[in-house]
Amino acid sequence: MAALKNLKILLQQAPATEKANQAQHPFWAMVQKEAMDHINSWRFMILLGLMLLTTIASLYTAISSLQNALAEDTSTSFVFLKLFTATDGTLPPFITFISLLGPIIGIALGFDAVNAERSKGTLSRLLAQPIPRDYIINAKFVASLFVIAVMIFILGFLMIGFGILLTGIPPTPEEFWRIFFFLLVSIVYIGVWLNLAIMFSVKFKQPATSALSGLAVWLFFSLFFTMIINIIVEATVPSQVSDISQLIGYQGFVQNLLRISPSQLFSEATTTLLVPTIRTLGPITIEQAYGAIAGPLPLGQSILLVWPQLTCLVAAAAVIFGLSYVFFMKQEIRSRS
Amino acid sequence: MKNDSVIQINGLTKRYGQQIAVDNLSLTVHRGEIFGLLGPNGAGKTTTILMLLGLSEPTAGKIKVCGIDPTFQPLLVKEKVGYLPDEVGFYENLSGLDNLLYTAALNRIEEPVAKEKAKDLLKQVGLTEKANEKVQTYSRGMKQRLGLADILIKEPEVIILDEPTNGIDPEGVRELLALIKQLSRERNMTVLLSSHQLHQVQQICDRVGLFVEGKLIAAGPIKELARNLFKDDPILLETEVESVSEQLIRAIEANEYVTKVKQEGHRLSIFCRQQVSADIAKIIVNQGAQLTYLKQQDYGLDEIYHRYFEGGVQ
Repeated sequence: MAALKNLKILLQQAPATEKANQAQHPFWAMVQKEAMDHINSWRFMILLGLMLLTTIASLYTAISSLQNALAEDTSTSFVFLKLFTATDGTLPPFITFISLLGPIIGIALGFDAVNAERSKGTLSRLLAQPIPRDYIINAKFVASLFVIAVMIFILGFLMIGFGILLTGIPPTPEEFWRIFFFLLVSIVYIGVWLNLAIMFSVKFKQPATSALSGLAVWLFFSLFFTMIINIIVEATVPSQVSDISQLIGYQGFVQNLLRISPSQLFSEATTTLLVPTIRTLGPITIEQAYGAIAGPLPLGQSILLVWPQLTCLVAAAAVIFGLSYVFFMKQEIRSRS
Repeated sequence: MKNDSVIQINGLTKRYGQQIAVDNLSLTVHRGEIFGLLGPNGAGKTTTILMLLGLSEPTAGKIKVCGIDPTFQPLLVKEKVGYLPDEVGFYENLSGLDNLLYTAALNRIEEPVAKEKAKDLLKQVGLTEKANEKVQTYSRGMKQRLGLADILIKEPEVIILDEPTNGIDPEGVRELLALIKQLSRERNMTVLLSSHQLHQVQQICDRVGLFVEGKLIAAGPIKELARNLFKDDPILLETEVESVSEQLIRAIEANEYVTKVKQEGHRLSIFCRQQVSADIAKIIVNQGAQLTYLKQQDYGLDEIYHRYFEGGVQ
């Protein structure tokens, strides 16, 4: 009886406490506004259209090559994952598309984050409100990342849905989790580029300049970086290989150089996740491989294998965001200039 | 008198490297008054305002706004102060009402209350019909009025307006200033506004401070400023004459009460110690020049301003 009475009192109090919390926390109000801005923008529509097209194209190329892949693969396990990695040669598979277009999404959503507010004169008005300064940059990051996450998950689940429809094969739970983790890594990867774009938007007053800087970095890593590494390799390759450990060490050095590029980290991480038969990312000798039974790794082991790549991606995103945070907090706020 | 002061500035200094933007500024603004911060561009007005809001750190000196130090507790100050920046910007793809609601959300005002307030304010600034239209369709003057509504939604004790009349047509300026004055009187709100357009601002300011090269060179009611500044020649006569000649000017200057004559085309400004309009008119007529206009002028801010620059800053 007493308990019932208590409950009654609680119920009566509930509306009152609810009313006190009705005013949304300013930070979430900002996140909401930023996310709405993105979703209502033409920019987002174009990106979404581009990504949908990509999804359809890569699905098409995967389906048409699936038959061959199935014939070759005797184990026939993880067929569903092939949707994301297989190609008939005309178009790159989904996984490559993401690694190529992901940066564009990140840059497009972040390049005018701060400087557009400044040039429109809204930044000084925002800063005159009783909110800590870092809310602005934090809210922008959270909102953009949220929009990216929604987009990537939509695309990923579309792939799964169409895959089931077209092939008639449902994914196993493990395959589902592998795809899920692949999508998560994609979000982190795009987040790196988003943060880079936000940093440029803090540094450069003109949105065009910051967009171009972002694109320049992206082009550098996707076109010129491997070329430069090749030149370095040619110059430093040991002329005489005295023993195998030296060669392996050198190979590791080259691989680590390549891993400076976020897209390299991303592709290593995602191929390992989506191709369970990958057992190692480094060089391997015949002696080591001898006697090993060819078979897929369990999910936990695959994740363990690419753990360094994952940490590096998260760290890169965090460091770049930290830099833009510091730049932003130190900046003198003048109206419009 | 002490409880009465809303803004207290003491020995405020701001340096950018070698350059001094604000130099040892001391100033007090009282509750409910409209204070005009006047000075040419680059005099340090905006810098001072930014420091009042805690958006910029002073190199030296103390500030108290509503009894709070903005350098250490900027959020508390921003709860009480509304700031309308120079060339205020809005989210152009949102409506005027939505822009206000966003500001309200940032001030933790519950949505139903905020809506009520926003509509009320839009009515007061005369934007009810445009409330649901996107801001990109607003004119400059409308944006400025929306800006006023925007800073009032948090019910501030003080509003700071940075060059509120910039880039608006004369009629718009008149309306805006009248609105500011009315709002300040209704709500007993303190207003600090900066401007370089003197005669506009002198209509509504209770007191003004003249700001030149980071220094406050004079502060007080305009009349008092004029009296102090023009002790030697308290009367200014403006006259227009068809044919101005050297001889005529010399003749006017010969009058014992006239201290100085300045010529601009047909127009003569005569500074004198006493009201001698009749004598001056007689002189002009005697000289055979056609007198078309003669009037005693009040010293406005323009003259005060000119006087300072003419004599150099003491």
